[in-house]
Amino acid sequence: MLSRALRGGHRALTLKRNVNVYVPLAKRTVTTDAASSHAEKEHVPEEDDKPFQVTLSNESFETYELDPPPFTLETTKKELKRMYYDMVSIRRMEMAADRLYKEKKIRGFCHLSTGQEAVAAGIEHAITKEDHVITAYRCHGFALMRGGTVKRIIGELLGRREGIAYGKGGSMHMFAKGFYGGNGIVGAQVPVGTGIAFANQYKDNTNTTICLYGDGASNQGQVFEAFNMAKLWNLPILFGCENNKYGMGTAANRAAALTEYYKRGQYIPGLKVNGMDILAVKAAVQYGKQYTTEGHGPLVLEYVTYRYGGHSMSDPGTTYRTREEIQRMRSTQDPIAGLKQKLLDWEVTTEEELKGIDKEARSSVDKEVEIAEKMAVPEATPKILYEDIYVRGSEPEFMRGRIPDENYYYEQSVREGGNLGRYEGERQAA
Amino acid sequence: MDYSSHPLLNHSPSSLRANASYPQSSSFTRQNLFQAINSALKHSLRTDERTLVFGEDVAFGGVFRCSMDLATEFGSERVFNTPLSEQGIVGFAIGCAAQGMKPIAEIQFADYVYPAFDQLVNEAAKWRYREGDTGGHIGGLVVRMPCGSVGHGALYHSQSPEALFTHIPGLRVVLPRSPARAKGLLLASIACNDPVIFLEPKILYRAAVEQVPTEAYEIPLSQAEVVKEGKDMTIVSYGQPLYLCSSAIAAAEKDFGISVELLDLQTLYPWDKQTVLQSVQKTGRAIVVHESMINAGVGAEVAASIQEGAFLHLEAPVQRLGGWATHMGLAFESFNIPDVTSKLLR
Repeated sequence: MLSRALRGGHRALTLKRNVNVYVPLAKRTVTTDAASSHAEKEHVPEEDDKPFQVTLSNESFETYELDPPPFTLETTKKELKRMYYDMVSIRRMEMAADRLYKEKKIRGFCHLSTGQEAVAAGIEHAITKEDHVITAYRCHGFALMRGGTVKRIIGELLGRREGIAYGKGGSMHMFAKGFYGGNGIVGAQVPVGTGIAFANQYKDNTNTTICLYGDGASNQGQVFEAFNMAKLWNLPILFGCENNKYGMGTAANRAAALTEYYKRGQYIPGLKVNGMDILAVKAAVQYGKQYTTEGHGPLVLEYVTYRYGGHSMSDPGTTYRTREEIQRMRSTQDPIAGLKQKLLDWEVTTEEELKGIDKEARSSVDKEVEIAEKMAVPEATPKILYEDIYVRGSEPEFMRGRIPDENYYYEQSVREGGNLGRYEGERQAA
Repeated sequence: MDYSSHPLLNHSPSSLRANASYPQSSSFTRQNLFQAINSALKHSLRTDERTLVFGEDVAFGGVFRCSMDLATEFGSERVFNTPLSEQGIVGFAIGCAAQGMKPIAEIQFADYVYPAFDQLVNEAAKWRYREGDTGGHIGGLVVRMPCGSVGHGALYHSQSPEALFTHIPGLRVVLPRSPARAKGLLLASIACNDPVIFLEPKILYRAAVEQVPTEAYEIPLSQAEVVKEGKDMTIVSYGQPLYLCSSAIAAAEKDFGISVELLDLQTLYPWDKQTVLQSVQKTGRAIVVHESMINAGVGAEVAASIQEGAFLHLEAPVQRLGGWATHMGLAFESFNIPDVTSKLLR
């Protein structure tokens, strides 16, 4: 309206943004079929831990400046059943978080990964505890896979002292050995992961660092800064974009000029992988890990995945995508249902045994959730509020409260080289 | 906190009419904070071709609904979503402003502004200073961001970073307390020919509802408002804690038989020293209250200025009351910020 009138004369003010003219289509050409792998059931051995080969769909990967990973994956019945158990556990835990949030027991922000379980579980099955993982705020599944317990994860969501971050972080902040969170600021973890990789290279470790972010975060400047450093210094890091199609409510193609996230490292080879198939995820990460530890430098992976729920609990997740799309992904591409079907087709397990695994996973999660729910609400004591701001024992004499009467004086006994007289004097003066 | 009957909000048109800040001939409508912000944005988009509104999820109305329906009314050329890219958003907005546009950029949460801190401090704030005789400036720039605690936002959704910006000459920092104040201050910020950081206490978006003039009006920047007159003590505050102060004053006046003056700074930098000093010269006592931490906070600057400008009038040392000097732990957030009784303690 007004803008058209203005276009006549004042060139400096003409609005030339053509946002509606060129909208690249979001390309997701790898399959998202969660049951696309193949094995001959007669090749599946009797023994639980005897290896056999699975053939992945030839639509599992797309590559950029990289030879594709092998389309065969060695696995065992035991591992496949564990993969199933892991994904069921993550989902059960997320469902518990969903319930607790709706019951108003979990407050604040809560980002669930339902639908994306194959990424967290698949990565874990390709790496060891010597490797490192860092991710964004959708982190419950990763925290569990890395060794966090359900009770401490749920305890954290509930804000309990026994929570994984003492109840101070909540949904977005969970840490474990070899797991660096759980980061709330979009994209901020990517350069941090790069530093972790550098330190490990420096220390001559032969491990790799898995550094994850979302399709929304991949437009942050610091992601590209991290890419540059990683390639410049040839770091053993697998950048990984978990592409679930939407950065909050914004479809990937509305926020990114190039939605082929695996190509966005430009000078870093890329690998796009079916993130709904846990076997494809494992194959890709295993291959990537070998690539980086052999000294070839970084890779940019793109896990094509889908979240069933909204961005967070306050987003119903249905205003920017159709219910049909969600329903289609849920009913035909579900990572758990896909693996389940394969386990039965290949006669890795029986319906009966699978039910048992399901039951075991669920009851184990339920039991821990119950423990977490019973954890006491922490006391809001100054000791807890002021701990861990600085090295314990090296804090200043006191930290300010809202008013001077509330100032918190760190315990003298734990302060290093404290001078009691000086301390007491200041205390009185304050 | 019960905002529905809080005396700090104008629940009837008559209390609005009693306040000279507002246009006297205007009709009124009941609005909450996000609706008042929305009507200011709408007014600017309608009346000034140069106004642009953008940020993360802004075209969908924004996570707090401040830009609701603006994309539909004004089109995607003027109201649009950006990628998740705070440094990019602010740098881009600065460039637009340098071309004479009036970009109103939204940072989804004030907690996310730090990647853009460099652009704000090194580009936006210094632009006019470094342009010499070209006269170039980026006065059209307004960066809006929701701030403050909601009780369970935790480490990255509850911060109040205003003091980081009040340190920077060249920036104007504004933080309104209510829907009607927000509308007038936002329109003044948009009209202002310097870059403005406009912080919105997110807890008030839905909770604070009051009568707001439907007409456009500006409330001058860098002017504090005497919200309530008093004789024995001055409380200087801004944003959400004003409600706590007001409740605490009511209790203290009843219990101790004193009379307390309440000032709303409104603009935190450059701030209205004169009104504050006049008040303290009259009352002889002052407390500065804010939600963010005490250390190097706005209170430090205000208290030091009172000490410089009204020392001989002071009956007691200036007190500061603010958030604890620690992070916003999820389970502990509500203990972390001032409450009514913490003001009564002294």
